[in-house]
Amino acid sequence: MEFKDYYKVMGVARDATEAQIKQAYRKLARKYHPDVSKEKDAEARFKELGEAYEVLKSPEKRAAYDQLGRGPRPGENFRPPPDWGSGFEFSGAGNGASDREYSEFFESLFGAAAGGARRGRHGFDPGRHDPGRGPDHHAKVILDLEATLQGGSRAFTLRVPEIDAEGHLISTERVLNVQIPKGILPGQTIRLAGQGAGTGSGTAGDLYIEVDFQPHPLYRPDGRDLYLDLPVAPWEAALGASVKTPTPGGVVDLKIPAGSRAGTKMRLRGRGIPAAAPGDLYVVLQIALPPADDEKAKAAYRAMADALPFDPRAHLGASQ
Amino acid sequence: MTSIQDVLTGEIFEEYTVLSVDELSRLCAVDRTYIVELVEEGVLSVTAVEAQQWRFAGSALRRARTALRLQRDLEINLPGVALALELMEELEALRRELAGLKAGVFREDRG
Repeated sequence: MEFKDYYKVMGVARDATEAQIKQAYRKLARKYHPDVSKEKDAEARFKELGEAYEVLKSPEKRAAYDQLGRGPRPGENFRPPPDWGSGFEFSGAGNGASDREYSEFFESLFGAAAGGARRGRHGFDPGRHDPGRGPDHHAKVILDLEATLQGGSRAFTLRVPEIDAEGHLISTERVLNVQIPKGILPGQTIRLAGQGAGTGSGTAGDLYIEVDFQPHPLYRPDGRDLYLDLPVAPWEAALGASVKTPTPGGVVDLKIPAGSRAGTKMRLRGRGIPAAAPGDLYVVLQIALPPADDEKAKAAYRAMADALPFDPRAHLGASQ
Repeated sequence: MTSIQDVLTGEIFEEYTVLSVDELSRLCAVDRTYIVELVEEGVLSVTAVEAQQWRFAGSALRRARTALRLQRDLEINLPGVALALELMEELEALRRELAGLKAGVFREDRG
């Protein structure tokens, strides 16, 4: 088992005061809270932080932790000493039904039930549900955009916290194969009836899966609409052309009107994210310049310069 | 322990769901008074005056759960939660707009 340096996690000195520890926790909690943070590993960092604070804010747990802190280096194999825990009382506000998960390291020292549930006066209370019904579970998954465009099933691995026979909080892995409803948007939820936690006799709770999208290489979603950047050659934009354009439903021929400028938005109605009233696909034109890397190309550019009386800076008032 | 199951079919919760105050509090596993406080603070919006007649869109579940987590984990009070949610939404909208600007979507609008 890995030794965890809770002082390092919280970025405080080993002799930090309670006030300093609290301050450090507040600051880091705001930074890594999964609802607020855009950091990639926010959820893991936040959990680690909560665990570190749980130990360091309690004088008893901190004193006990400090006793073994002189031992192994962080990351080294760790085993609690045989006399561990003597003289300390960890029962605290223990509530094994907390929805928090602790590391193996934490549980070997303080036990699963020692994690004081940090709840506000209205905090989550997994005990509050119909007696004949298991609690609901909530999970979050990241989908590829194709899942909402085309539907189809996706497999997810969910970690499910459970209380084992000895009262320890353990987490089991569960692989779910879920049919993705076509047209689901980021922030929306798939409800799977009866896939939450079971109870001995009654019906199981439901499973709620909140979805988000991975960035797509071609399309940027905005609500139900999709945006696609489409590069065109200068002559296609100037003279008009019919160009092959990808859409979620397949390649189409798109007519570019003569005299199109960079940034021109063209709407393909109903080709966005599907629904009863589907979104639109906006094609945004970008003008790509051909490289002038050989004599022939340079000659073509020079011919264009000679033929066209064009001053792109006329409106800047800095013309020759 | 790993178990594999057949393909599960669910529905988009937000699309068909209308929730009463009691249903929403059960789904959030909190006391009803907490949902009432969220409404009074303007975190959740309703049309009816009487709590018994309140109807919430399915999207209220996610909002209420986020509010609960912020309050519990960051120890902020309700007005603080309401402010944080509003600012987070604004930030999200700005991020989207920025992504569009970076890609040149709004070049045309700027003239």
